[in-house]
Amino acid sequence: MALPPPDPQFVLRGTSAAVHTLHFSCGGPEPDIPLLFSGSENGFIHVWNLKTHRVDTALDGHGRKSVYCVRTMGDKDRLLSQGRDQRICLWDLAEGRTAVTDSVFTEHVGFCRCSLLKVAQGRWLMAMAARNLDEVQILELPSKTSVCTLKPEVGAKLGMPMCLKLWQLNCGSQPVLLAGYEDGSVVLWNVSMGKTLSQLVCHQEPVMSLDFDSEKAKGISGSSEKVLSIWSLNEQQNLQVYKTHELVNAGISDITIRPDKKILATAGWDHRIRIFGWKKLRPLAVLDYHTATIHCVSFSDHSNAQERLLAAGSKDQRISVWSIYAQT
Amino acid sequence: GAFLHSLARAPGAARPEGVWQRCFLEGPPGLVLCVLLEALDSAGSVRLPGAGGGAPPGLLSQFLQEGRMSALLWEVCQQQAQAGCPELQEALLNKIVCLPEHVSNKLQGKNPPVFFPQNYFPLLGGAVLQLLQKISDSLRGGLDCSISFVSHVLGKVCIHGRQKEILGVLVPHLTDLTKSDCIWQRICWRLVECVPDRWMEAVVLGFVQRAPGADALSRLLGNLVVKNKKAQFVVTQKMLLLQYSHTTAVLQNLLGYLSLDNLRRTLLLRVLQELLETWSSNSAVKHSPPEQQLYISKAILICLSHLKEPEIESCRQELLTSMMQGVKCHLDSSLPQVRRLGMVVAESISLKINTEGPVLKFEYEEDDETRELKSFLAQTPPFCDVFSIPEDDDDDLIPYDMSEDKELKTKAPVYIRDCIEGSEDLDKWEATIKALDSLVRKNPAAVREVSVELAKILLHLEEKTCIEGFVELRQRAQVAVLTTDPIPVAKYLTSQFYSLNYSLRQRMDILDVLVLAAQELSCPKFHGKTKPYGAQKTSIQLLPRSDSSKDWRRIVDERIKGKTRRFNMGQSHVELASSPNKFNSVAGHFFFPLIQHFDRPSTTFDLLGEDHLVLGRLVHTLAILMYLAVNTVAVTAMGKALLEFVWALRFHTDSYVRQGLLSCISSLLLSVPVERILADMTEELLETQSWLGGKTW
Repeated sequence: MALPPPDPQFVLRGTSAAVHTLHFSCGGPEPDIPLLFSGSENGFIHVWNLKTHRVDTALDGHGRKSVYCVRTMGDKDRLLSQGRDQRICLWDLAEGRTAVTDSVFTEHVGFCRCSLLKVAQGRWLMAMAARNLDEVQILELPSKTSVCTLKPEVGAKLGMPMCLKLWQLNCGSQPVLLAGYEDGSVVLWNVSMGKTLSQLVCHQEPVMSLDFDSEKAKGISGSSEKVLSIWSLNEQQNLQVYKTHELVNAGISDITIRPDKKILATAGWDHRIRIFGWKKLRPLAVLDYHTATIHCVSFSDHSNAQERLLAAGSKDQRISVWSIYAQT
Repeated sequence: GAFLHSLARAPGAARPEGVWQRCFLEGPPGLVLCVLLEALDSAGSVRLPGAGGGAPPGLLSQFLQEGRMSALLWEVCQQQAQAGCPELQEALLNKIVCLPEHVSNKLQGKNPPVFFPQNYFPLLGGAVLQLLQKISDSLRGGLDCSISFVSHVLGKVCIHGRQKEILGVLVPHLTDLTKSDCIWQRICWRLVECVPDRWMEAVVLGFVQRAPGADALSRLLGNLVVKNKKAQFVVTQKMLLLQYSHTTAVLQNLLGYLSLDNLRRTLLLRVLQELLETWSSNSAVKHSPPEQQLYISKAILICLSHLKEPEIESCRQELLTSMMQGVKCHLDSSLPQVRRLGMVVAESISLKINTEGPVLKFEYEEDDETRELKSFLAQTPPFCDVFSIPEDDDDDLIPYDMSEDKELKTKAPVYIRDCIEGSEDLDKWEATIKALDSLVRKNPAAVREVSVELAKILLHLEEKTCIEGFVELRQRAQVAVLTTDPIPVAKYLTSQFYSLNYSLRQRMDILDVLVLAAQELSCPKFHGKTKPYGAQKTSIQLLPRSDSSKDWRRIVDERIKGKTRRFNMGQSHVELASSPNKFNSVAGHFFFPLIQHFDRPSTTFDLLGEDHLVLGRLVHTLAILMYLAVNTVAVTAMGKALLEFVWALRFHTDSYVRQGLLSCISSLLLSVPVERILADMTEELLETQSWLGGKTW
């Protein structure tokens, strides 16, 4: 008889609004306090102290409009956040400061989270949905120089980009963008040439989230349907369907592969977190704690593998933090 | 300037070591270079042997080695951004590029090694790289820079035959830098684009020869061949058709470069056509050297390997024609090598254009050359990154119990009043819509308290989320409400049919609901708990569509047919379950309010005018209500009213309306007892008969 699924390690309450995005910053050496950043519908970014389980700071930079993406840039003092006020803010949090140092006006009205890629020390590429509904723009940060705009071919009818993932095979190689579109297709873009390398129709409905493992050249995407689609990238840089996995309930709002590529977690509209083994997509656990749609899942970046955590943020205004498969 | 000038000419004794040198090494680099070269000139002309004339060249070499050259380029680039003086730049350009010749002329045998071309130009390449780095930094800082002076330097160096030295430094570094950095790519593209046309050939040739691969070349040159005519000529004509000394790697670079971008692929196709033209030209085969023929064959095969299926499709016929011609003139040749070349190329073309059919096959002895040629075709175009999928051992992760993972169901409301209150929660709203029909039927008493309100909500209900069969669900709920509490709801609905501010859709919904409810009320078989309507329902639910009149016709025909049969069989057909006809008491409430107001147009709704579609639907509805009212008390009064209604509309222009009128009469004849027809409406009936008989008034 299999063990019953574990309970949350702890639960963070007090955002007083639906939680839309989570990001850990636990990689720093002692005495750095492990942190969890959360962005919520009321426009606040909360910085949670994972030792005390209390909010250290609440950042208000998006005019009380929903914050749907938060990422750190390098260390925990440099933060990027994206909100429904159509702005992407860069924060300086060093020495207790809470200042927005710079911001990008995206002019995009959708919910597409931006994607960051570190290309060199202090230099980042950021992919974001642009003002024209079907375009993705790549900026270099912190200079905000526009690198290129990725326009689908005329008549491609992809719709809006829904989710983005910038990556490169290894440091110094060409950056590549995977973008999930409204029509259910995933497109591989060569960022430097600004052209499509491959397109694969993975879903019938808009792609809500995707993640990619560049080591295995394999990625996974979820939509509002009942299936997860796993696809791979061959040597000719063509995307092809690898397999699909049927879910019990429809709707996936977020997918994250753990940094060690062993497991992945999905955030379900059915209020449940699902854990799968990444190699074969074997279902491992269904974590049923939340009472409303889960919006985001995130794995921590603890340098000590035993301390690794999983966090999920939900419409029920709670953040559940789990310790699962931390030993393996 | 004058100060530096005099300094340079000052005799050896008057030169305080450190300060004097620093003047030159930290002064404005352009000026310093001019002064130093001038000093060199004058020193050369007036110099007495051994009088310390070695100072300017010494300084000059220090100048070069301390990276002042890149400072000089930077200075000019900045001037250029602010529109500097072109003559001065031209002079500087000459001085920079011709510096080795200049110095060696002056110094004759005593030229320091740093001024040897093989040392100087790599140094200059390094300076260019440093400068580009500076430019990239300044672009990232948001500053604009002009790069054209560097392009001029590069062009002039290349045309002077020093490609090997300068590009040997530049190309490897730029290949690396452009790999992941788009800004560097842009700088690089700009660098080659700004080279003046007269020097373009040398530069492009240098890049093509030295790039480590097609991919790198594509990053270095961008779409240069599309933008620059000269570069296009060099790449697509000169290097392929006029020259034939380039190595296979260069060919692969060049053609691979053309294939890597859609804009350039059109060039690739054109190149292939031109190559094939040459290959299949009789005189070319006769008069050109075999080496060139081999070169062209290689180019053709590499081109073919880059072609995609649709592109081949687009030029299949041309390929076939040139293949036939080419084979003929190659086989005519007296040289075995040329014959064999023709065979290999023809085989390859036929392999590419015949995906399923038989392919050309010649008999010849394979040698290294043919094997090499064939290998080009087999090659898939190389891509930048190669992925490997490592095979891992089995998962060591133990699954948890997942038996609780069941389908999620939203709780539907249990009370009618909950449904009326409505909910912001869309999931709940969906569940409510889906459950409403059965909920209404289960709680008739509760529904009667709020029936009109509920009917009102349902009539105005719009689709909030995308639910499958929403229209049907809503209609089913409306019918349920109407059958549960017929009189007030029918009164409400019929009054709304003629009131203002409804869409045609809503008015037709009302008609559909009335029909369905009347049907349910009048048919005893619906009293069970069975689903009230099956296939019939969908055909009655008439969304506006072109063939709806046919549907109506069919339904009515079927009914009439069914009814007729029952009459014929007489007593043999027995209703198994008998129960009171619920429609009896309410038929009038359904019928009369509908027939009353059809000739009173309102501002938004004119049945006799442009809204004849609704009129047609109304007529059909009345026909069905008439038919369903069989055996009810009100049937005679209804029949009389209906005949008058038919009479008024008998010349309507819309055939759909007239069809409806015919079914009205049919159902009247079926529903109203014969004695009542004859007694109460003889006159109307005769009029109708003569109308139907085709008599005109």
